[in-house]
Amino acid sequence: MEHITTPKVENVKLLDRYTNRKAANGTLYLTATHLIYVDASAEVRKETWILHHHIATVEKLPLTTAGCPLLIHCKNFHVAHFVIGQERDCHEVYTSLLKLSQPVKPEDLYAFSYNPKMSKDNREIGWKLIDLKVDYQRMGIPNDYWEITDANKDYEVCNTYPPEIVVPRAANKATVIGSSRFRSRGRIPVLSYLYKENNAAICRCSQPLSGFSARCLEDEQMLQAIREANPGSPFMYVVDTRPKLNAIANRAAGKGYENEDNYDNIRFKFIGIENIHVMRNSLQKLREVCETKSPSMSDFLTGLENSGWLRHIKAVMDAGVFLAKAVKDEKASVLVHCSDGWDRTAQVCSLASLLLDPFYRTFKGFMVLIEKEWIAMGHKFSHRCGHLDGDPKEVSPVFTQFIECVWQLMQQFPCTFEFNERFLLEIHDHVYSCQFGNFLGTCHKEREDLKIFEKTHSLWPFLLQKKQEFRNPLYRGFTAYKELQPNTLPFSFQFWCGMYNRFDKGMHPKQCVLDHLLSCMSQKMKLEDNASELENKLPFLDGPLPTEACSFPKMGSASKTPMLNTPQDYEGEPPPVLTNGTAVGDVEVMSDVDQKNKENLSKHQDPHDLKDAFGVLDSEAKDGKPQHP
Amino acid sequence: MEFAELIKTATVESVLLSGAGLPPVRGTLCITSHHLLLSSRPGGDGAPGTVELWLLIRNVDAVEKRLAGSSGTITLRCKDLKVLQLEIPGMEECLNVASSIEALSSVDSVMMMYPFFYRPQDLRLEAGWHLFPLEQYYQQIATQTSQWRLSGVNRDFAACPTYPPAVIVPAAVDDEALRKAARFRQGGRFPVLSYYHQKNGTVMLRSSQPLTGPNRKRCREDELLLGTVLDEGERGFIIDTRSAQAAKQARMTGGGTEPKSSYPRWKRLHRPLERGRPLQESFIKLVDACNDTSLTMDRWLSRLESCRWLSHVKAALSTACLAAQCLDREEACVLVHGAEGTDTTLLVTALAQLILDPGCRTLAGFQGLLEREWIEAGHPFHLRCARSAYSHARLKQEAPLFLLFLDCVWQLGRQFPFSLEFGERLLLTLFDNAYASSYGTFLGNNEKERCLCKVKESTHSLWAWLNQPEEKRKYLNPLYSRNALVIWPSVEPQSIQLWQGLFFRWIRSSKYLDEAWAEIQRLVENDDTSVEESAGNRRSQSLSDTAAQTENER
Repeated sequence: MEHITTPKVENVKLLDRYTNRKAANGTLYLTATHLIYVDASAEVRKETWILHHHIATVEKLPLTTAGCPLLIHCKNFHVAHFVIGQERDCHEVYTSLLKLSQPVKPEDLYAFSYNPKMSKDNREIGWKLIDLKVDYQRMGIPNDYWEITDANKDYEVCNTYPPEIVVPRAANKATVIGSSRFRSRGRIPVLSYLYKENNAAICRCSQPLSGFSARCLEDEQMLQAIREANPGSPFMYVVDTRPKLNAIANRAAGKGYENEDNYDNIRFKFIGIENIHVMRNSLQKLREVCETKSPSMSDFLTGLENSGWLRHIKAVMDAGVFLAKAVKDEKASVLVHCSDGWDRTAQVCSLASLLLDPFYRTFKGFMVLIEKEWIAMGHKFSHRCGHLDGDPKEVSPVFTQFIECVWQLMQQFPCTFEFNERFLLEIHDHVYSCQFGNFLGTCHKEREDLKIFEKTHSLWPFLLQKKQEFRNPLYRGFTAYKELQPNTLPFSFQFWCGMYNRFDKGMHPKQCVLDHLLSCMSQKMKLEDNASELENKLPFLDGPLPTEACSFPKMGSASKTPMLNTPQDYEGEPPPVLTNGTAVGDVEVMSDVDQKNKENLSKHQDPHDLKDAFGVLDSEAKDGKPQHP
Repeated sequence: MEFAELIKTATVESVLLSGAGLPPVRGTLCITSHHLLLSSRPGGDGAPGTVELWLLIRNVDAVEKRLAGSSGTITLRCKDLKVLQLEIPGMEECLNVASSIEALSSVDSVMMMYPFFYRPQDLRLEAGWHLFPLEQYYQQIATQTSQWRLSGVNRDFAACPTYPPAVIVPAAVDDEALRKAARFRQGGRFPVLSYYHQKNGTVMLRSSQPLTGPNRKRCREDELLLGTVLDEGERGFIIDTRSAQAAKQARMTGGGTEPKSSYPRWKRLHRPLERGRPLQESFIKLVDACNDTSLTMDRWLSRLESCRWLSHVKAALSTACLAAQCLDREEACVLVHGAEGTDTTLLVTALAQLILDPGCRTLAGFQGLLEREWIEAGHPFHLRCARSAYSHARLKQEAPLFLLFLDCVWQLGRQFPFSLEFGERLLLTLFDNAYASSYGTFLGNNEKERCLCKVKESTHSLWAWLNQPEEKRKYLNPLYSRNALVIWPSVEPQSIQLWQGLFFRWIRSSKYLDEAWAEIQRLVENDDTSVEESAGNRRSQSLSDTAAQTENER
């Protein structure tokens, strides 16, 4: 709170991205966690909430006659353009936001103050919702070839790995330790996913410290052990997800890649995914394209091409597809690494799992996947998301790219995911929000040091509570589809307007199929409930049924079914073609997420149905039944 | 001419057919006057004697042959963008088959086309031809206003050869004045009513360019006609689908545009839309890029951009929005024209109606719109759809205006998934039939030609076939719920997508998307069968009363 010098500024304008709209006039508030803008000119109270942690950049633009403009770019692609009357006020808000958006100390992150008034027990249960051991059991581990070892319990093998890792049984302690000395930051090959059908495994690690000629017997044994854990295949793939040139350059620094001559029966392959810096710049260019005012079609497509963004998405997808094919079609195990094995490696391993195993396309499975391949294996969320004041060169949209790949798969396979696009957006929001402990820090050890598990809440139970709105109504169940083989020709990748122009509501379809189908589903559920209720009553009833009971549930949530397109939905404004040629303006300032955050704040409810949520999930996971209501 | 003369080889055994995502199949190829048939041999992969291919030869856009040793491969590129391969044993057979298909597919005489020979048993010849008479549309308007009349000035196609016999014109203008105005408009296409906006009584007119020429000729009757449309003190908009410069240049060749001085109450807006050869080339380039599976992401995006197809979609939608906005928001009358008034003009007027008028968004209403604004209005289908994107023939007057329209309709359907009663499948079927059809609906260039060829007497109507209950079901949008509001689309590039269902129909598998639609159907039908009544009420209740007043059951 010490950063807030001016908690309230009046007479603040919020400019519309589309100049033809009249700017809103209202009051700006700074709270400990949010910037809140209340539009006084609107008939209905309209609020815009921006979480401080969501702020990526704050810019003071040159003074205009209207006042002092303050431009805020958010990590969830929200852009807010305020104009503050007094230069002094503007400057104070500006300096406050700079500090609030990027705290120096981890203890200042939202998660440590976020208090949903949940009992201690429930909070702890929340953290136990995802148990990676259960997932390994699902894969049949431990088995004859693989074991879960606590070799890393004191982080002596690798301080960015979790205490428990899965390695081949054949790899003894000496092999593990020896290999760890030969791998960048000790990130030895460990199991990511075992394809039960044919014993082929996906393993991950960091680059070897091979330089120009160095070798390591234990590391060679380790790879041999992995290959031999899949007796059905005479060889294994070693995939370096970097462009070849980058890998070669690393040799000069004593790192590099595996020499095929030194390892028995490996097939080495480069898959050129660019590094975090290229990705950061690419996203910056994409942002600029998305924020261009009324671009022509050519401007947009050229900008999209020049950003390279979809090229990178395709590269990640191609790599995931390669892994899945190697495992399923060639029955070969794959060892994947990049440089440190926590960015590109996390992307492609988790994508391959998603392609191979329908479990990861369920609510629970997707949470497990993120916990396993990203959180536990030390993807540096804190650095990549810029949670704290730190090196801007460490920031990179690696996780965003993964989320987008999942979305691209959803477009090609609309019935295969239990969850919908909103679930992805919600997770993406919370990776940056720092409201929950899951994504704080850079690795398990750091989260332990930060006492995340004692002091903060886990995101997953909160998401499960809202499961109904995240459900994919077209999901055909766990058993309907097994492996996915996406088309990776360029045309099958679409620009994700729902993410990068998410807050430009005018650009989105004006009628929402998802909401309609969700309401169809809930209506069906209510009908079924009603029917059984009626059946129960029947024996006691004489004469005609009371009309009340007969009439169908009146969709009490009419307001919640935007399918019933209220005129305001789009009757608002025609595209302003008359004035300047193009563009449509219909921007809803208040974002859903902000609304939800607000609700989270205001309703400090104890999620008493948390345990029920667990029950449902577990039974689902066990019998793997589709969950059609 | 006898078809038999064109068929050099009628049957070939053991032909291998592949392509369009189907497993290859071997069978006997037969060439008939209008069809290419392939039936798999008994004992082959398919059931004995199964017909594996039944291709209208008119659908063939390009024939490419490649000879290798004693056999040859013929690649058939179809107007619906499908690509088929026939592997034919015997070099001579291969050459014969290829030249037969080439000859048959190039037959240009309307009366020789398949619709004149097609006699399905379950359809009556006259069914569907008189479903949407202009008279009926006029009757609707007549209940609202007496300012318009149905004129028979073009009964014998004398005033305008490309207009239908009946047109809706201002009641205050007599036929003699119309004849004079017609002489002042290219091809005689004098301003006629295209759409009456019931909400506020404004109208959309369409015409061709005025023949002002280099000497700025004027025509009193034409000025009078447009003058009577506007009430005292009202102003109207002329939307010229050419650039200001192009309109000016047209004066050198006798055309031009309405000068401010002669039409003081009409404000001219220029919104250049692509047409003619550049549009055809855009289509060809796009299809080329779509079929090139070797492209990197960068090359793909670059070719998507440089073909400019999506720019044309955006421009067409923007201009239609402009027309709709003038009518609905500015409450002003609109005249739309380009040069001939048979291409971009119709694109704009038809789209604007779809945006404004819920009646056009039903299956029947949409068919009526196509009849009025494309077929009867004289879009030269025969010329424009003679060749599709693959043809090697020299381009004549081909241009995919109708496809561009269908694409824009698809964009509207994507942005308003509940507002069109019909789905993508109808749009695909219309595209296919516009380029090659068993039905007479899209034959010829205008009503006069169709009259001369006795199209309505001698061919079946596409609508009769589409509207059979079993067929009709396939074209309906399961999500449709009547929506009385204006549907303003977003024309931002982010909101406009490439129509994959058309351009990638034969390239990508649609299995998973089809399953999704089946799932949607299942969800919605459950909803509807159980609560049809209440759902109907619920939906219409959500529409505001004022908006609901603007709708009128067609």
